[in-house]
Amino acid sequence: MILENQEELERFALQIRLQTMRTFQNLGFGHAGGALSVVETLAVLYGAVMKFDPQRPDWPDRDWLVVSKGHAGPAVYSTLALKGYFPVEDLLTLNTGGTNLPSHCDHNKTTGIDMTTGSLGQGVSSAIGIALGNRLDGRDNYTYLVIGDGECDEGQVWEGAMFAAHHKLDRLIAFVDVNKRQLDGYTKDINDLGDVAAKFASFGWETYDVDGADVMDIQNAILKAKTVEGKPKMIVLDTVKGQGVPFVEQIELNHHIVLDKELCAQSVKDLEQQLESLTTS
Amino acid sequence: MTSITISRELAKEETMMRDTYCRTLIDLARENKEVVVLDADLMNSMGMVPFMDEYPERTFNCGVQEANMIGIAAGLSRTGKIPYAHSFGPFATRRCFDQVFMSGAYAQSNIRIVGSDPGVTAAYNGGTHMPFEDMGIMRNVPEMTVMEPTDNAMLEDMIRQLSHVHGMYYVRLLRRFATKIYEPGSGFTIGKAVALREGSDVSIIASGIMVAEALRAAELLAEKGVSARVLNMFTLKPIDKKAVIRCAEETGAIVTAENHNIINGLGSAVAEVLVENMPVPMERVGVQDLFGEVGPEDYLRKRFGLTPEDIVNKVEKVIQRKKSGSISNTQQGISNDQGKRAIKANRVPKG
Ligand SMILES: Cc1ncc(C[n+]2csc(CCOP(=O)(O)OP(=O)(O)O)c2C)c(N)n1
Repeated sequence: MILENQEELERFALQIRLQTMRTFQNLGFGHAGGALSVVETLAVLYGAVMKFDPQRPDWPDRDWLVVSKGHAGPAVYSTLALKGYFPVEDLLTLNTGGTNLPSHCDHNKTTGIDMTTGSLGQGVSSAIGIALGNRLDGRDNYTYLVIGDGECDEGQVWEGAMFAAHHKLDRLIAFVDVNKRQLDGYTKDINDLGDVAAKFASFGWETYDVDGADVMDIQNAILKAKTVEGKPKMIVLDTVKGQGVPFVEQIELNHHIVLDKELCAQSVKDLEQQLESLTTS
Repeated sequence: MTSITISRELAKEETMMRDTYCRTLIDLARENKEVVVLDADLMNSMGMVPFMDEYPERTFNCGVQEANMIGIAAGLSRTGKIPYAHSFGPFATRRCFDQVFMSGAYAQSNIRIVGSDPGVTAAYNGGTHMPFEDMGIMRNVPEMTVMEPTDNAMLEDMIRQLSHVHGMYYVRLLRRFATKIYEPGSGFTIGKAVALREGSDVSIIASGIMVAEALRAAELLAEKGVSARVLNMFTLKPIDKKAVIRCAEETGAIVTAENHNIINGLGSAVAEVLVENMPVPMERVGVQDLFGEVGPEDYLRKRFGLTPEDIVNKVEKVIQRKKSGSISNTQQGISNDQGKRAIKANRVPKG
């Protein structure tokens, strides 16, 4: 693991964002807000941090990822396709009848997905179980977990928080995507999460506050997290719902949206240009 | 009070069910200060923002907390409030079952639980969000009333009636456009099925989106010279036993049609009545013990065998059995092996 790969990670993030937007563009609607806000995190995980082999998706020693906010599936699928788990063209089958790429992550359908999610809160416990199982088998691999800030409403998140700390699951590295919005609006207006880092810290987790749009900040936090023993880690991502696609960011209720054709096409063009200028610079 | 006017043609309604739900609740809240609304971060999906705007102090959006929501509703009902609590069907049932059971039913609380996006209408949300089990789960709770309103007219009447009763009610609610079956102003009796079409060869007993499909199937059957009766069993529990027995006596063959697992749904409920009272040949149209999956609704209707043609096929089969004079159905019975294969086919292996 190296820290000089900023440009590479930024490029990868752009590629993921572009593929994700192409997927939504093709479909015309989707969970755009919450898929886009985890793009940089996915880029760091699959671009620098995680141990994995697309040829051996079931390799037990790999690092595992549970995306508990399962509706971010399209961003995860884009990442997996770009890493060679399946052809990029498959992304266009999202949500079509008989597809292997449903709205919500499904490990029985999609190569490279480690856990089925979609009912919020449940991925927290699943990730804990995976981390426990790997530890029982004497493996030193990591389990990564991504949850939403709205998802933290669920009691199950806090049951898991207590359990993981009690069992000193230090190979569990979680992210909470604090994009400040859930389905019905701003999290602070619906059920205020307050200081999420302090909450997890009080449950016994090591916590890190990072800029969720900054690949180096995210990567640094993960590297630091790996040095702390005896505790699960929570990396609190400060993000924007719809991150990196201005017209989506600006739609206030952007959880699940019908995408304006022109704006979508324009944003795809913009992302292509950004990618182009990165490549040539 | 219960005059029912049946609409002439099967047309999509112009008002979404969720808008009728919201408007009716606003009316009820005006009439009755005890009416309160709870949701779990799906108020926008449910079109309930107008209610919240009008009665902010009586609206509790709990966030993504279904179990907490039902527990709070139980507490509210202890103080005399009349809670209407909504989430998507799977989360309003499976996700909070013990809260529904103990704080709700066992404690004799007074809650209307509304589970939206029934069965295949969950479409693009896919298998995790597609309830084929919600009615069955709720049917298993003692004293729970389980209903599936068919269209706007029925929904409005039902939601109004529910403000005057005490107990636990599960309302399975299509959020978007229903097919119009009844004229506005129609009044219904909870627990009493509605005969929509007379017929003498077979009875099709249907609920939810399958009511319109049953009526379409009856048309197709009429062209083939088969006279099919159609019954709308909008209350799954308590089921209208008399109506089921009458269908058995008068038509001698029954097909049920539901947008739900055939296990523990309408098919099961009707079968229970038949075997204990008046066994006649019966077939079930519905989801054959499978998980949901993602896709457009029309694809899913075909995928899970919920089309008028599927009903016609079952009717033809049940009439064959009736003619043969035996209620036994062993030759066609699904062997264990076939069942396993069906499940595997649904769970597409990755790769
Ligand atoms: C148990 C459960 N309840 C409700 C839903 C419907 N739902 C899907 S996403 C969502 C909001 C989630 O907000 P958040 O976790 O902040 O996600 P993000 O903003 O990151 O997309 C809701 C209510 C669900 N998927 N699961």
